[in-house]
Amino acid sequence: MPTSAEHTDKRYEEELKKLREEILYMGGLVEDQIQKAVKTLVDRDSDLAQVIIERDHEVNRLDVEIDDICIKLLALHQPAGRDLRFITTGLKITTDLERIGDMAVNICERALELNQEPQLKPYIDIPRMARVSQRMIRESLDAFVREDTDLALKVCKDDDEVDQLNAQIFRETLTFMLENAQTISRATKIASVSKYLERIADHATNIAEMVIFMVKGKSIRHMKVLPPAV
Amino acid sequence: MSAQEPTEGVTASRPSMKAMDTSVIKANSGEPVNNIFNVENVDFYYGDKRALKAINLEIGEKKSTAFIGPSGCGKTTLLRCLNRMNDLVLNTRVTGQIKLDGKNIYDPAMDVINLRRRVGMIFQKWNPFPKSIYENIIYGLRIVGINSRAYLDEIVEKSLRRAALWDEVKDNLHKSAADLSGGQQQRLCIARALAVEPEVLLMDEPCSALDPISTAKIEELIHELKDTFTIVIVTHNMQQAARVSDYTAFFYLGELIEFGETGKLFTAPEKRQTEDYITGRFG
Repeated sequence: MPTSAEHTDKRYEEELKKLREEILYMGGLVEDQIQKAVKTLVDRDSDLAQVIIERDHEVNRLDVEIDDICIKLLALHQPAGRDLRFITTGLKITTDLERIGDMAVNICERALELNQEPQLKPYIDIPRMARVSQRMIRESLDAFVREDTDLALKVCKDDDEVDQLNAQIFRETLTFMLENAQTISRATKIASVSKYLERIADHATNIAEMVIFMVKGKSIRHMKVLPPAV
Repeated sequence: MSAQEPTEGVTASRPSMKAMDTSVIKANSGEPVNNIFNVENVDFYYGDKRALKAINLEIGEKKSTAFIGPSGCGKTTLLRCLNRMNDLVLNTRVTGQIKLDGKNIYDPAMDVINLRRRVGMIFQKWNPFPKSIYENIIYGLRIVGINSRAYLDEIVEKSLRRAALWDEVKDNLHKSAADLSGGQQQRLCIARALAVEPEVLLMDEPCSALDPISTAKIEELIHELKDTFTIVIVTHNMQQAARVSDYTAFFYLGELIEFGETGKLFTAPEKRQTEDYITGRFG
């Protein structure tokens, strides 16, 4: 059968391409939001925090815009097969990306509060966690672009590392609070930031799981044990 | 190639729930399905041209099965084999077996008239007789000698109700069928086919010449009819196949490429060729 990677309908092909580009642009923006959000905390940069909070509007705008593109594609082209999987994945990915954007705002809000008080401790594990979470977002989007299920599966597995770091930070902040009640306000805020980063990694995992669905048509969501390969 | 050498084409049977990945929630409940038709290693020739190549397929009783594929893929040829309509085409030949309830319909002992009563057909272009609505429906019964007025009245009402046409024509049963709209004439043809109580309805592009409203009525009808009848539908409209069928078979150049649950075939088909066809990357 004569087949090609491209649709016979060129306009449809263009719209799908635009959807892919918009998702990637949103992904890149969200990744930058996370990196800068953590920087506002580590560098105690409250001015930057305000900029990042303000920039969430752009993330929200993209969320609405991408939803709109997906809904129009569904309505006008009645997609099937891999196009259907791609578009529905797009719908779900943007929801995750938008939530990640919200988490970046939350980190900035805690940073603004923490930056007004003396620093409780040097931030070591938080930047480490941020690096892993950010990498997970980047790799989940790379997996999306390259339709790479091995990379997507790796992202799902990496989530454990972030969960462990979160548990570790929680224990550490708890110790501060037990030793000195004066630290409770700051320690709970640090624990919150840790929790936000942990949630970000969960959203990256969701994206990776959707990529596996998009490529293979198989769902690995809500599995207790990840398959060794898909 | 003789019918004894199943060397090409896919052997298609409906996937059993057992064989499926249970981690994925299935839309279908997976109740057991009886096969009404078993197509076994069927080849079909128009002269020297082999139009169907080693087709193996099962058609579930009281299910709706759609045949899709580009022009010339063999889908209509196979549909027409199911009630031996191709017998009427000169210089054709079929090998392999098509079993209806376990009996080969190509067996010389098969009563073809009776076969076509059990397996009715609806065509792309509606073809009512130039008679009244009433006479159209009872035609099949009249020719076998049924003349009881009360019985015929009952059949006319029942058939028209089943074809979702009763309310529109009940006051005009003796008007000419030609006065009806295209969509109504097509439903009249369905009512006429139902009047002889068939087991299977073959539909060859039944909506391709109808407007969207009439199409929606026929599709709605297909959903209702499959509680009682087995439906096999050939359609060029993939969305229609997706809407009305439980199972879909994709054909290309005389071969059955893929056969499976419609929901699965339109979201995550197994074969690249199917994927390219349903997504419009074909050609």
